[in-house]
Formats: sequence, C-alpha cells, structure tokens
Amino acid sequence: MKLRGGIIGLGKMGLSHAAIVGPHPDAELAAVCDTSSLILDAFRKFSGVSCHTDYKKMLDEEKLDFVLVATPTRFHYPMVKYAMEKGIHTFCEKPFSLKTNEGEDLVKIAAERSLVNQVGYHNHFIGTFIELRRCLKANIIGDLVHFTGEAYGPVVTKEKGGTWRSDPGEGGGCLFDYASHVINLIQEIVGIPASVKGTLRKKIYSKDVEDAVFTMLTLETGLTGVLSVNWSDETYRKMSTSLTLIGKKGKIICDATEIKIYLKEANPKENLAKGWTIKYITEFAIPVNFYLRGEEYSAQIDNFISCIVNKKKNETNTFSQALNTDRVIDMIIADSKS
Amino acid sequence: MDKVLFGDNQFFAVNHLSDEKSREQAIRFKDDSAIIRVLDQAMETGINTFMCTTHDRIANITEHMRNQPDRYGNFNIFPCMPYAHKYANAVTDLGIVGTVKQYVPGNIFSTFTKGGVAFLRKDFIGLMELLVDAELKMFKGINTPVIFIQNVVVDMILGLKMFEVFKAYDSYIRKKYNCEPGYITMNMPALYDALLSVGITNPIICSSINKLGFRMSGGKDIYEKYLVEKQFRPIAMQVLAAGALRPKEAIEYLGRFPKIESVLFGASSKNHIQETKELIERYMKS
Repeated sequence: MKLRGGIIGLGKMGLSHAAIVGPHPDAELAAVCDTSSLILDAFRKFSGVSCHTDYKKMLDEEKLDFVLVATPTRFHYPMVKYAMEKGIHTFCEKPFSLKTNEGEDLVKIAAERSLVNQVGYHNHFIGTFIELRRCLKANIIGDLVHFTGEAYGPVVTKEKGGTWRSDPGEGGGCLFDYASHVINLIQEIVGIPASVKGTLRKKIYSKDVEDAVFTMLTLETGLTGVLSVNWSDETYRKMSTSLTLIGKKGKIICDATEIKIYLKEANPKENLAKGWTIKYITEFAIPVNFYLRGEEYSAQIDNFISCIVNKKKNETNTFSQALNTDRVIDMIIADSKS
Repeated sequence: MDKVLFGDNQFFAVNHLSDEKSREQAIRFKDDSAIIRVLDQAMETGINTFMCTTHDRIANITEHMRNQPDRYGNFNIFPCMPYAHKYANAVTDLGIVGTVKQYVPGNIFSTFTKGGVAFLRKDFIGLMELLVDAELKMFKGINTPVIFIQNVVVDMILGLKMFEVFKAYDSYIRKKYNCEPGYITMNMPALYDALLSVGITNPIICSSINKLGFRMSGGKDIYEKYLVEKQFRPIAMQVLAAGALRPKEAIEYLGRFPKIESVLFGASSKNHIQETKELIERYMKS
C-alpha cells in the first residue's frame, strides 16, 4: 500500500514537493493545506487531493503517514510538533527553527518517537557535493588550510516592500534563506562551525533584512574560513552555491555543476593527474524517477520516503543537523550585533 | 518540423555543465547584435528554425526580424514559454499571488479588465490564456508553427496531476494561434501517458535523449521503449548530455530511433553549428 502524504504550505517549495510526491511510486499525495484560496481552488478544481485551510484538522483527519512542512519559518515549530505528536513522519523546509530551544524540542520528540525526520537542505543530494565530501574524506588535497563557502543569486535586486522573506521576525533575509544552505554544506562536508567573527550583514535593497552576509568561521577542528553570501547579485541567473577548499596538497572548487580538483602531485589511486582535473555533474547525478528543477529535489524526497518504507534511520539532513545550522545562524546574528 | 532546430541556451548563459562557461557566454552575448550574428551564421548553414525561450531579450531579436521581412520572412521560431526564472525569482520575493498580480496584464484587481474578472472568478484557464498571450506578444508577425511550454511548468502540472490544464492549453494554442502545441519535459514517458489520458494524441514532445541516459527520468530503457512503440513526434534535446558525449557518438545513437523528428542543439561558432548539422543529416535520414 502507498504511504499517505500531506503538505502544509503551498508556496514555491510546497508546490514543488507536491509535484514530486504525486508521481512517487511508494506514496500518494492525500491532502494539502494552505491559507490562499486561489491555490486551494486550483487543487480543488484540477486534482483529486483533499484540501484544508487548518493544518491541525488535516493532521487530525487524514490518517497521514508523513507530512512536508513548507510554511514560513516561524510556523515550523508548532506544525512539526503537532504532526510528530500524532506519530507522523515529518520533512521540514529549511531553515529549521527560529529559536534553538524550539529546535531542540523537535529533535527530542523525533528521537523519542523514532520518527523519520528530515530538513530540505537539498544540496546534499547533488552529486558533485557528495563527491566533494568523498574527496575530503579520502584526504586528496591533504591537510586543509582554508575554506570559502559562497552563494549568490538575484532574489532582491530592487528597492521595494516585500513578503515574509523581508521580515526578520519571520525568518526572512539572506542569512536565513541563502546563507543557511552554505553553512549547512560547510558543517556537513568540512566541519562544524564553533565560533564566528567579523560578521557583516549588509542591507543593499531591503529595508528590514540583510541582503548579504560576510563572516569568518572557525570550525571545531580549528580550521578557519570565509562565508560570503549575497542574494542581490543579478549577475547570476539563479542561485549559485560553491565551496572552495585549500589544502597542503591541492585545491578543490565545487558547485552544483562541476568539481574542479587541482593537485600539486598526481594521485594514481584516485586516477587524478597533476594539475587540474574537472569532473561534471553528468558523472555524479543521482538517477530519479521524476525530475522537477533538479535531481536533488526528487532525491531528497526519495530518501525521506525510503527511510519510512524501510523503517530505516535517516542520516542525511536530520533535524539535529539542521539545528546545528540554526545555532550557527544565531552566532552570526549575535556577532553582527557585538 | 525541420530536422535541425537551433536552440538559445548559449545566448542566455544557460550551461548545464559549468557556471563558469555560463558567465563567459553572458559576456559574449551581452549585445543583441552578437546573438543576431550567430543566428545569421546558423541560417547560412541552412538552418531555418530557432527554438527559444520567451526571454525579454528575444523581443529585440523578433523586432529585428520583423524589420527585415526579405531576409527573415520564411524563418520559423518555436517559442518556449515561460522564461521560468523570471517567475521563480518573483515567487521567492512576491509570493504566488503577488507574482500573478505582477505578470497578468492589466490591473488584476480591476473587475473591468479581463484579468480582473478571471482573477476574481478564479477562472484558472482564463488566467492561463492571459499569461500565454502576454508571453507570445513579442512574436507577433513571426512564423511560429509550434508553441511550447517549458519543462518546469509541464513537469509541475504533470506531477500535480492537473492534466486537464494540458487539454486547455492544447486547444487554446490551436484555436487562438492556429499553431501546433508542443511540450518540453524531463519526464517523457510519464508525460506521454498523461497527455493520452486527456485525449491528446500524437503530441510533439521535446525531451532529453542521449546515450548516457542523462536527465532521462525513470531510465534510458523506458525512453527507448517509448521511442520505438508509442505514437508521438519526439524532439531530442540535451543530445550531447551537456557536453559529456562527443558529437559523433551522440548523433549516431539518435539515428537508432527513426521516429525522432528533430534534434535541438545550440552552439556559438559557425564551424560547430555546421559540424553538428552535418552529423544530424548524415545519421538521421528519414
């Protein structure tokens, strides 16, 4: 029997998740919940999905096996908590929570009830970043001396009023929306940030939130590096995220399309020549049954559903990992005010 | 449809393999004249169809073509709408309702405009028609025998199982524009089944088809099965798997499927265009 899935919040990510859950061989999209009558009426008219405006009612009535929460960040805590207390496996969009004590509470509930829990840091399902992680584990570029994590894109390129994304109280701003992805990548691929210094949060076009974040991170291992993120850069067609690692034996630059490796000496075991080797996503992309906007969006849902079906503990993008990212976001905010 | 369709990714900094190459392309094709020069070179090799997204800058290219009917009068454009990043970035910033307000022509809140009425009545098909008209405005007076919806939108509708929307699109394009509707997808077999389920037969479907199985969702086997067994008009795109395949082996592979009507490819140099076109004509006789 197929798992019954529900979605709370039908914005860009919620709709994207809905379109991926719908055709999934092990799941059916049973119910959706949103406050916009325009969106719900489209579902009523063109799909057979049960529509709700009250998430509690949906979770009470629909007998769901799992739910995907894709609402503005400040709603994550009550919604995820309510779902998990009903024993429903939960996928939550990033960033995870606005207050770390709330995030801690959710991590605890998920563990107590052995529920599959996952957060939408989809970069971990991009083949090139998976390969980067493998390369670092294999110590290909030797002891690390520095890293740079970057993301740029054209979200806010004009001065104007905005939505919840321009409200710092709702989890808006470039730090929550863009930088969280890069922090999470650094944390899972390079190491967990332990402290931050020299933070700049710059407003470029927005009135109430930062459009760019620049900061220095020190990891638990002692390694230091730079975070540089700007969502007001229209020289990028869409969000572009990259990590650069410098080691004693070489350097790696990795983004969603390619991984470029420079070695001071050849590495025959890895079949890598001296100098530059460039490998492309075509070699590493995760095969998916349904594609929308990128393999990673389907692959992360495949992982979540497969953990539920196989009663397996999830290891990628758990609540606990996402909570770590929230903690670093807190450190960056605190540092910027000091 | 022509056997060879010339694409536009190279003009708009779309490179599925390298963000760095995208940037180089953005610099090279900064001016519209650079795009027109390459289009003219493609025409000199005998290419007669340009398949392009409804990017704002295409309006300048169609304007140029309208002004020189002697030169471009028989040239075809296959528009692909919408230019999705425009909407995707707007949705992040403005939300879905905000984006509809921004892009549906006329004042959406005025009941005296077609948009206002459609919005208030939640006439989704009416809204779709308004957005289609807005996207196609720039092609007035240009031959557009086939009009496509981009894969992001096709695959979203497909995944949400709102197949009736395909039916409405299909009949609107035929009735209002007297053109053939086309569909770009990353999920060709699933789309074929969905279209058939609402009575759309022998559709024009443009999808990734390559020897590597890159971006062929569900796997190469089912794609090959559909290319052999099903009744539709396939266009192959991403035939070089974003550059991972050599042109000769890539096109040779396509030659195994006589049903493929056209091949879509983009290139920036005349030699490259000529070479690919010749390969297509050599290996894909039908």
